[in-house]
Amino acid sequence: MTVDSKLVGEIAHLARLDLDETSVANYAREMAGVLALARQMEDVDTDAVEPMAHPLHAVQPLRADEVTEIDQRDEFQAIAPAVDDGLYLVPQVIE
Amino acid sequence: MQWETVIGLEIHAQLATRSKIFSASSTTFGSAPNSQANAVDLGMPGVLPVLNREAVAMAVKFALATGAEIGRRSVFARKNYFYPDLPKGYQISQFELPIVGAGEVRIELEEGEEKVIGLTRAHLEEDAGKSVHDAFPGKTGVDLNRAGTPLLEIVSEPDMRSAREAVAYARKIHSLVRYIDICDGNMQEGSFRCDANVSIRPVGQAEYGTRAEIKNINSFRFLERAINFEVERQIDVLESGAEVIQETRLYDADRDETRSMRSKEEANDYRYFPDPDLLPVEIEDSLIESLRATMPELPEQRRQRFITDYELSAYDAGVLTADRATADFFEQGIEQSGAPARLACSWLTGEVFSRLNRDSLELSDAPLKADGFANLLARMHDNTISGKIAKQVLDHMWADGSSADEVIDREGLRQISDSSAIEKMIDDVIAANPSQLAEYRGGKDKLLGYFVGQVMKASKGKANPGQLNELLRDKLQG
Amino acid sequence: MHKQTISSIRRALAAREYSSAELCQHFLDRIDSANPELNAFITVTRESALAAASQADEQLAKGASSPLLGVPLAHKDIFCTRGVLTSCGSRMLENFVPPYDATVVSRMQSAGAVILGKTNMDEFAMGSSNENSFFGAVTNPWGEGRVPGGSSGGSAAAVGARLVPGCTGTDTGGSIRQPAAFCGITGIKPTYGRVSRYGMVAFASSLDQGGPMAATAEDCATLLACMAGHDPRDSTSIDEPVPDYSASLGDSINGLKIGLPKQYFAAGLDDTIAAALQAAISELEKLGASFVEVELPNQHLAVPAYYIVAPAECSSNLSRFDGVRYGHRCDDPADLEDLYKRSRSEGFGHEVKRRILLGTYALSTGYYDAYYLKAQKIRNLISRDFTTAFETVDMILGPTTPTPAFELGANSSDPVAMYLNDIYTIPANLAGLPALSAPCGFSGELPIGLQLVGNYFTENKLLNVAHQYQQVTDWHSQLPARFA
Ligand SMILES: [Mg+2]
Ligand SMILES: [Zn+2]
Repeated sequence: MTVDSKLVGEIAHLARLDLDETSVANYAREMAGVLALARQMEDVDTDAVEPMAHPLHAVQPLRADEVTEIDQRDEFQAIAPAVDDGLYLVPQVIE
Repeated sequence: MQWETVIGLEIHAQLATRSKIFSASSTTFGSAPNSQANAVDLGMPGVLPVLNREAVAMAVKFALATGAEIGRRSVFARKNYFYPDLPKGYQISQFELPIVGAGEVRIELEEGEEKVIGLTRAHLEEDAGKSVHDAFPGKTGVDLNRAGTPLLEIVSEPDMRSAREAVAYARKIHSLVRYIDICDGNMQEGSFRCDANVSIRPVGQAEYGTRAEIKNINSFRFLERAINFEVERQIDVLESGAEVIQETRLYDADRDETRSMRSKEEANDYRYFPDPDLLPVEIEDSLIESLRATMPELPEQRRQRFITDYELSAYDAGVLTADRATADFFEQGIEQSGAPARLACSWLTGEVFSRLNRDSLELSDAPLKADGFANLLARMHDNTISGKIAKQVLDHMWADGSSADEVIDREGLRQISDSSAIEKMIDDVIAANPSQLAEYRGGKDKLLGYFVGQVMKASKGKANPGQLNELLRDKLQG
Repeated sequence: MHKQTISSIRRALAAREYSSAELCQHFLDRIDSANPELNAFITVTRESALAAASQADEQLAKGASSPLLGVPLAHKDIFCTRGVLTSCGSRMLENFVPPYDATVVSRMQSAGAVILGKTNMDEFAMGSSNENSFFGAVTNPWGEGRVPGGSSGGSAAAVGARLVPGCTGTDTGGSIRQPAAFCGITGIKPTYGRVSRYGMVAFASSLDQGGPMAATAEDCATLLACMAGHDPRDSTSIDEPVPDYSASLGDSINGLKIGLPKQYFAAGLDDTIAAALQAAISELEKLGASFVEVELPNQHLAVPAYYIVAPAECSSNLSRFDGVRYGHRCDDPADLEDLYKRSRSEGFGHEVKRRILLGTYALSTGYYDAYYLKAQKIRNLISRDFTTAFETVDMILGPTTPTPAFELGANSSDPVAMYLNDIYTIPANLAGLPALSAPCGFSGELPIGLQLVGNYFTENKLLNVAHQYQQVTDWHSQLPARFA
């Protein structure tokens, strides 16, 4: 599997990153290096091994269904890039 | 070419919890924008989700109601995509191990036939926020109050073969989630939304055709119309020699058509993976048993009981038990009034339903409450009013919310059952109609109705009809 | 005053030898004079610190005794601090002042700590050299032109130069231990779930863990006791009582069995480090510990697995930085896609983008099984290796890093070479085990660290061994001449 500029471009779009041509080429080279390192894992037979998503074998704790949050909109919106009338603003989205 | 329609539904039922699925913000509908979005709902840096116990319990109740498998170990996964109403850039949902596995529901078709629709799975997930497109020129506003509201996404097998079956199934699920009190079912507010996967194939072909997914349909009427439009569209496409493309479409109710959501059509790769901020949810026997003990009677059981205990027709029992509120209303009416079930049934499905229809109301929003209904039935049952007067009484109750007793007193509608008073009115009518009396006595029996009408008119409709008939017959005989 | 440990500061404050205000002023002055050179702090909260110190002095006068009352400390800039810039070393959060505190921050505050500021770090904790900070690289106080390690490089440099006696750090792939080793201080990454992650900006959620960095194991014990504990706001936080880490520091380590993984002492390890470790082993033997060789056969796969798992989680964790609700937004976005792409591309640095790309790739259709799922399985194998080892030994000892602090820019063009720096630290993150680094000598001018890895929830044992070692050695009390 080669990591070429086209692939990096597609991945960058999925990740919503805007990369110029030079950096796409650089990333393609760097990613290829890291993925080659990752492919060392191929040598190990893991068919019978469970994937480990968490270090501890704990289960999800459950919270009581209670409303304890207060309205802090003004504090949150004070650090927002663009708000009007309590709404966060973005460029027009056409559905 | 004969075409067969194949439909599967994905229903998003908003769970009726007080707080959100992963945060302690309120889920109340209609609050000021972003006033119910806390740090977790806003996807602020560093903050973390903690699962609401009640959302889990509600999903388990749904499994119990549909006989579905309960995922004893379920896992939350992240569905990654960018959209302004999705604050974290991913939706916390379930992917490989959902909380509810395969099950089935039975739907009644109009011909009295039944059909079993398979449930593939149901999973817990968080809702997104809401975009406001028309408030600011050139901008979209984002309200995240709804972000994090718990949803149960109920996925069916592609078992439905017509829009009507799809509607019957959706109604069944709608009824079920309200019966078990996990969703308020309010479709205008978006608490119950349907996505329909629709495809067609030549009759007899085993493979499915390419499907289109119609998103976010928020009424049963639109569901039927959207599917019918889509089926016609696909037939046209195929018969013109073209191919149906797999895509997401939106139903436009104003134009009664579906159209492609091209803006969302770009290749999406959701990159699902287990959410590392949440641990596997394990459901113990003890939780299942304690929930089982709280399960209400389900619509199917209740329908059977109505048929047996109240001697109602299968059809009437089905109508009355289609939703829990109606069935409760009916049973409360009978219990409080002591009136026969059939009287209650015909009044509820007749007079009450027609007024609901006329005013486009749900029973829960009607001015007539169950104790008012019981009061009305009781006054008919004890002969305080006739059925005919009862309709007038109901109109008054409907208009101002008064009780039947108040209306009867206020409007003086009490039935006249004093035989001397009725006799007096009969005598007056006979005296005023000598020629009709002669004709009647001459053998024209039909004129009895004329005399009944005249006396009723004189009593302003309040004469006890049974007594009136009996006394009148005697007097006319001479 | 700055040569004192937290323990001696606590005693001095209680005995009213000096006030917290005097002490904080002293450290603030040191920061003022050294920070232009070290760049260890992104934010110095002088005024609020002096106010908190005066309040602490009033409390101390009344005889109050919360564990960190009046003690000056600093937080890595990854911990959200209400009303104080929390940049995470990124342009993306250059203007981010959170309206909430991380659990670690509020816990330390209720323990009485006085916070002098926020320390520099690799952007979003991604890095092993602190060269990836939007606020500029941090200099190692032990050697000009040397990196302090990363990502908690600002914390390590600040403590190493005694600009503050203790600091918080986070460790996703060695980010407490490696800079601690490079800067001659002690740091412990606790068991995963021991310290709440709430309000700690996430890098890789299943690996991230906060922990203390200080001169001595004893100070780390004091700090960890205040940081650790169950937090209902973090689902992955463990509901287990926090032991009194200080109480067991004095326990004898006679009879303790320590494993030496063959794979940790193989090719690639710097000779001076190998020699320093041998000397440390002799010291510990004198204290009664015995050593046996153990196998960690999948150790070499830790870095490959880590550089899939961590980027995968980070690619998703960093999606929230979209320019909509907080953080950097580009000027005049043409449309939504432009808003996302330019805000994110301007806001994130090179390394962060590289990891987002890697992680996005590893999770995408067609590659998930080969990379992400495979790495999660390898992770299990690595974890099992430790489980097997802990059947025969109480803990494992090895180097923290393969080399001492390298030169600024030495590895910046080759990510794989940079990533291999974390070869000894990453296995503990993948397995979720507690691990500690303590100074054990010098390679020339530069400090060297030894690493102890314990079984789950055995922080007390690791701190005990390190403390006993520090009773018979003085590597931990050495200071770079310029900051003495
Ligand atoms: Mg869906
Ligand atoms: Zn869904």
